[in-house]
Amino acid sequence: MTAPLVVFFVLAALAVIGAVSLILQKHPIHSALSLIVVMIALAGLYLLLGAEFVAAVQIIVYGGAIMVLFVFVIMLLNAGIEEHTSISKMAGAPGLLLVVALAGFVAATIARSTDSIQGTSQTGEMSSTLGISSMIFKEFVYPFELTSFLILVAVLGATVLAQREKS
Amino acid sequence: MVPTNYYVILSAILFGLGVFAFIFKRNIITIFMSIELMLNAVNLAFVAFSQALGKLDGQVFVLFVIVVAAAEAAVGLGIIILIARNRQTLNVERVDLLKL
Repeated sequence: MTAPLVVFFVLAALAVIGAVSLILQKHPIHSALSLIVVMIALAGLYLLLGAEFVAAVQIIVYGGAIMVLFVFVIMLLNAGIEEHTSISKMAGAPGLLLVVALAGFVAATIARSTDSIQGTSQTGEMSSTLGISSMIFKEFVYPFELTSFLILVAVLGATVLAQREKS
Repeated sequence: MVPTNYYVILSAILFGLGVFAFIFKRNIITIFMSIELMLNAVNLAFVAFSQALGKLDGQVFVLFVIVVAAAEAAVGLGIIILIARNRQTLNVERVDLLKL
């Protein structure tokens, strides 16, 4: 077993354990901390894939900004331990069944397309940050400008939603 | 060199766990977090295929997905605050009326 493979399995195990912990934890703040573990593990996997810019963005935006927002809202709303009614306990069985069906379908698809994925496999030794920046500002400049508009709309929407009604 | 299949399978596992959390959890904040988990799983598949094909398009898509996720988190958490303020609960099963 080579070193990258060992690193992959450690990070993959960390990500899966974090995701399972997200499901098993009863308190939302514990779920949020588990999700941060998943995101940090995924950032490590991006580094392993040679996508250092995406890894940095993952930690700064996901692990930093988005999860801080989540933890902030959980504390703001003083969210307590999750209560399960009888209907939500029943949702576990069909949910598990659906997930197993989904995983089987995806695994079958991957197994069928194994050759075509690995046929074109290469290391890709180019500097990914340089390539990404030139792609964003050349080929994807129109969608990039549109995302700024999207963020503006999101900021306005969040402000309107969260403000108190005048009484 | 890790085979691309491993990444895609890990991505599928994480997506499945996200779907399960989405169906099974009852706290609206945790449900929202499971959506983020699914987005992350898709991102991993994007980066893995980007590396396998030797093209950077996948990584650019991931950046756009992260931007959209950030916008979604801002608006979604605003909606959650509104629900908590109007209904005094975060359990989705207690939010079953269109009008109070």
